[in-house]
Amino acid sequence: MNDHITRIGAIFAKELVQMRRDRLTFGMMLMLPVLQLILFGFAINMDPKHLPTAVHVEEQTPIVRTLLTALRTSEYYDFVLETDDPRESDRLLASGEVAFVVSIPAGFTERLIRGERPKILIEADASDPAASTNAVAQAQIILERALRHDLTGPLQNLAAQPGPFELIVHRRYNPEGVTQYNIVPGLLGVILTMTLVMITSMAMTREAERGTMENLLAMPAKPIEVMFGKITPYVLVGAVQTGVVLLAARFIFGVPFAGALWILLLGVLIFVLANLALGFTFSTMAKSQMQAMQLTFFFFLPSLLLSGFMFPFRGMPGWAQGIGEVLPLTHFLRVVRGVMLKDASFADLQFDFLAMTLFAGAAVSVAMLRYRSTLD
Amino acid sequence: MSEFAIDVRGLVKRFGDKTAVDGVDIQMPRGAVWGFLGPNGSGKTTTIRMICGLLRASEGAGTCLGYDIATEASQIKNETGYMTQKFSFWEDLTIRENLEFVARLYQMRPLARVVDETLESLGLTHRQNQIAGALSGGWKQRMALAAVSMHNPNLLLLDEPTAGVDPQARRDFWDEIHRLSTDGMTVLVSTHYMDEAERCDRIVYLANGKIVTEGRVEKIIERSALVTFRAEGDGVRALSETMKRQPGVEHVAYFGSALHVSGTERDRLEQAIAGAGRNGVVWHEVRPSLEDAFIALMAEAGADQRVHA
Repeated sequence: MNDHITRIGAIFAKELVQMRRDRLTFGMMLMLPVLQLILFGFAINMDPKHLPTAVHVEEQTPIVRTLLTALRTSEYYDFVLETDDPRESDRLLASGEVAFVVSIPAGFTERLIRGERPKILIEADASDPAASTNAVAQAQIILERALRHDLTGPLQNLAAQPGPFELIVHRRYNPEGVTQYNIVPGLLGVILTMTLVMITSMAMTREAERGTMENLLAMPAKPIEVMFGKITPYVLVGAVQTGVVLLAARFIFGVPFAGALWILLLGVLIFVLANLALGFTFSTMAKSQMQAMQLTFFFFLPSLLLSGFMFPFRGMPGWAQGIGEVLPLTHFLRVVRGVMLKDASFADLQFDFLAMTLFAGAAVSVAMLRYRSTLD
Repeated sequence: MSEFAIDVRGLVKRFGDKTAVDGVDIQMPRGAVWGFLGPNGSGKTTTIRMICGLLRASEGAGTCLGYDIATEASQIKNETGYMTQKFSFWEDLTIRENLEFVARLYQMRPLARVVDETLESLGLTHRQNQIAGALSGGWKQRMALAAVSMHNPNLLLLDEPTAGVDPQARRDFWDEIHRLSTDGMTVLVSTHYMDEAERCDRIVYLANGKIVTEGRVEKIIERSALVTFRAEGDGVRALSETMKRQPGVEHVAYFGSALHVSGTERDRLEQAIAGAGRNGVVWHEVRPSLEDAFIALMAEAGADQRVHA
């Protein structure tokens, strides 16, 4: 019995020493639970509030003001801009600038008083059903409750009626609220992130582990040449994956494809390069393939949770959205959903293209700074 | 163009607080074949890596093929072939694929013919489609030599190229080295084998990061001032332990069934032999071996601080 304990103790002590020596792994073992707690505990919110909203109001009366104030104080709707042009709502929603456009037509108040049940229109970006459902569901209640205060005196009889106005909701881009329409295009980004970062994160660590690094360094290949030589084959892998996902989206899940294919493919190309460059950067940091794998997951987890793939982006607190804005997956999701569901134009998505390009450039720069052409 | 293939002075390399190479000077003329000897951990590999630009020297400077080792590493890489101590080609590629990769990196054309010729000249043609990882030690080394020499470098740096290789393969390997040398390549070979050292024009002996001695083989033996006697006969086995304890005897080693007894002081060594008795043993003086000379030199320099396991 004692012998067992001695030997178990010996192995235990050795494992502890090895664990401590592998700083990166040790750090990640401690950081991952903290990260997960923060992400799941604070960042993720299935009932997003403060959604950016545009208002298009054709008359200013006390009743209209009451209704708008009620929407704002409900905390679901944040009025970020006003528009005079009803056609502008298309652009605002397609680019993702706002999640809702609330329109109240001219003559609303007069018709309300006459008991003619005038219409209020809420156009919602329903491409991500989870993000808009609650806000839309609450709107009717919020608005009716607000009117009850105003409809006093001679107007009291209106308040008693069921619905002095008619709320019309246009769920744009995904009228039935089909979850797959949102998830399947998003999966394209998730699959590309996961596989491409992981594969390239081992690009240099494999050479180092097998001892072929010294040979590679002794031959006349420049760091940038090694990098592009190593990541280019995976651009092809990314292309095949994209094809498979798009075909499945179309023919298995019946996801509509509203926009221009070339915008999507350009987005895929930039996104793929950003991921490959990041993986290569990881491979210059990791000392073993195991560490490379861990770095990949360390990056993958926030990408999955903070990009708007799993949970509504606008439901997250500001700091989490800030992190999300840095991640290429966030922007890719906007591009792929924008093109497939909303027929977004390149101009609508230019900010997302710019963000992904910057990320790719930064990843390449860091990789080149970290790549050592000596064995020091 | 510098007359030296390698011209480095005062090279020092420190890793943390450990000094791996401690002030090495090498002036190696072009076209020579030099042996680089020394115990494990003496700094041979580190020195070679500094010469070909794979490691930055902590101190000291110099040129390799006329290029500054600190600033012109990429030119050095173009004109040298460096064969690493551990097999460092791609074990999941075939011999041919490995050679093609190297030929492409050096932009050699026409690719197929260059590779064919290299395969042919090293007798690898019939094995060209074998996976490198599945080759035996001798064939791996042969392939590595083919790969590092196929771009006709001016300088070959071979780091223990024949470690763990059988004698026939070693001999073939050395024939190849001499053939490359005849073609004008300068060759620096590190090795532990004394017979290989004797095939070199000159040897450099390194211990604890310092050059202990260098020169032609005979000169080094001469310089060691070693006297060696050889004992043969039935009584040799019994003699070994007693001889080790005799004053004047510095080194005792078996060569087959014979015993070599060496010392730097002839008188005391002869006295020791006289005192050991001659029952069943015949003594005669022989030329000391290079190995005897090195061990004597190291003992003299107090350089043998290796810890034996």
